[in-house]
Amino acid sequence: MADATPLAPAGPPADDILRTRDGVPLKTTLRRVTRRQRLIALGLVMPLLVFIVVTFLAPIGMMLLRAVDNPVLQTQIPRTVALLASDWDGQGPPDERIFATLAEEMIQQYKAREIARVGTRLNYEQSGLRSLITKTARTIARRGTPPWKETFVAIDDRWGDAKTWGIIRQASSRYTPSFFLAAVDLRLDWRGDVVAQPEEKRIYGLMFGRTLWISALVTALCLALGFPLACLLASLPLRQSNLLMILVLLPFWTSLLVRTTAWIVLLQTEGVINDLLVWIGMLSDEGRIQMIYNQTGTIIAMTHILLPFMVLPIYSVMKTIPPTHMRAARSLGATPARAFREVYLPQTLPGVGAGAILVFILSVGYYITPALVGGRTGEMISNLIAYHMQKSLNWGLAAALGALLLAAVLVLYWLYNRLIGIDKMKFG
Amino acid sequence: MSGLPSYATPLERLWYVAFRVICALILLFLIMPLLVIVPLSFNAEPYFTFTEGMVSLDPDAYSVRWYQDIWRNEQWIHSMKNSVIVGLCATLLATTLGTLAALGLSRAHMPARTLVMGLLISPMIVPLIITAAGMYFFYSHVGLAQTLPGIILAHTALGTPFVVITVTATLSGFDHTLIRASSSLGATPTHTFFHITMPLIMPGMISGALFAFITSFDEVVVVLFLAGFEERTIPRQMWAGIREQISPTILAVATLLIGMSALLLVSLELLRRRGERLRGLSPG
Repeated sequence: MADATPLAPAGPPADDILRTRDGVPLKTTLRRVTRRQRLIALGLVMPLLVFIVVTFLAPIGMMLLRAVDNPVLQTQIPRTVALLASDWDGQGPPDERIFATLAEEMIQQYKAREIARVGTRLNYEQSGLRSLITKTARTIARRGTPPWKETFVAIDDRWGDAKTWGIIRQASSRYTPSFFLAAVDLRLDWRGDVVAQPEEKRIYGLMFGRTLWISALVTALCLALGFPLACLLASLPLRQSNLLMILVLLPFWTSLLVRTTAWIVLLQTEGVINDLLVWIGMLSDEGRIQMIYNQTGTIIAMTHILLPFMVLPIYSVMKTIPPTHMRAARSLGATPARAFREVYLPQTLPGVGAGAILVFILSVGYYITPALVGGRTGEMISNLIAYHMQKSLNWGLAAALGALLLAAVLVLYWLYNRLIGIDKMKFG
Repeated sequence: MSGLPSYATPLERLWYVAFRVICALILLFLIMPLLVIVPLSFNAEPYFTFTEGMVSLDPDAYSVRWYQDIWRNEQWIHSMKNSVIVGLCATLLATTLGTLAALGLSRAHMPARTLVMGLLISPMIVPLIITAAGMYFFYSHVGLAQTLPGIILAHTALGTPFVVITVTATLSGFDHTLIRASSSLGATPTHTFFHITMPLIMPGMISGALFAFITSFDEVVVVLFLAGFEERTIPRQMWAGIREQISPTILAVATLLIGMSALLLVSLELLRRRGERLRGLSPG
């Protein structure tokens, strides 16, 4: 870089600007050096940044876009969609021209074996439409004749109903809010108004509620168990506390599936705990308790798995509290309870906050344990996302649920970052 | 009662004992699942509970048949190979990329540090199910779904935040005048890195690498979405075992994994002690 600069003039120029020995203003040189330093720093970070953006952030972004993306009707029956938007007034069934266009496009899609996609998409809006589309397409492809309006209505009355056409028009926009609405138990009716889902289909609100409830309960349990443990670890001499710390860290480092398996072995009806209770006579052989494959199992296993995440931050904060504070409080006449409440407890709050938020965040997104030991009542929102990804293949809804979950987690992390600072997170 | 001052009231003494008992119970809760698994994996019968023979310590009630089962079972051997390959490759990639990035992030002139840091550790923050769903579409699109390289890359992404965080933490206590001293004595930047910087940040790199390895080794959600039958890893195989045909072989595998985590824990602890000792010796 220095080669590009002109050679230094002989004497110092007649102004007050600070210069380096070769006559370039110090400011310019400094800027140049800073820029070079920045490029080096960026160059070091760049490989990982590009990798994360390409293989992680972009894929997740694209996946979440599926929550509003709605290409099916526009690509499968494009002309019908266009005609419905421009030439139909929404009152009664549309005219023969639209029927004819739809018939033509349906036959075409039926022969290309693509008509099921249209049916599936419409079925998300109104169940029963899948069979209507399949049935109609099959019939008209074999022996359909104009006038189409009469043919359609003869196949099924619903074609004469403005509601059916309203739903088709509703579902044909390029981007749709309906997956997000479905994720919060709402839907668009055929007129385009937001209404509540019918009673029997309202499950997502319940699932979000249950997820929050389980997470809150697990957080509370972890706090109740983690706080005294951290207290003990922080008050013991280093040698003893290190020894006990192993008991906290060993489960922390053990595979999640191992710990989940262990809880199945312990809790199942033919498992160790039930056997023990029967053996000591507290239970009869028929009266074995169902402790797993339900919400109880999920909560117990999750509390166990997340407990170290609560103990470690609280412990590291407690370690910094000088024991002299408590002694001072006592010597000034406070009872042990009061000294604890007014001197010790407030100082532990940063650790408690860190642990609680961390455990809550982790449990909100939990998937494996509820899937393995949750049964039906222990399922959480992650399990529903997996269900829609793998079984029902309603990827739009999976993406919408995922986006809501991610938003919740990001807000919590923002809070965590404000309170503690994300880079201060410690492991082990 | 040595922990109590002599002026403690009887009530305090009682509370002191009660508190210790409560803590012992909590520790028992933490460790009991692991303690139960280990003896049960030596059960001679195909049950998941202690048989009478086991309770009375009859040697015939114990056997290593489930361990032999692992070695005879091609699926387990295959999934172990997969796990080790994926784990090692992902760790190597994650440690290299993560260490470079951490070096960049700890330079004084790094622009937009907070934002970049946030992006780099995002794989740790996003719930795994969302990560898995996004990666499923991406890796299918580029033709890497159901391949080992695909899983390796996915696990690399999941492991890098740990490396970035641990190495950045080590670098925060790093004396940058050492680098200047090295340069002034005529070393090239590469030479300085390998002979000055790297030995000093090694503990951070190793613990980051261990975290990356265990993340990959224990990861099942992404594998569920990305792997076919051929690419099953140990956790995926356990998942299948728990869901489909639960057999005591799983307990034997679990015991082996517990042994491995104990080893990991010990090595991390030794690293930490070494770090503390070095810091204690250095004048800063």
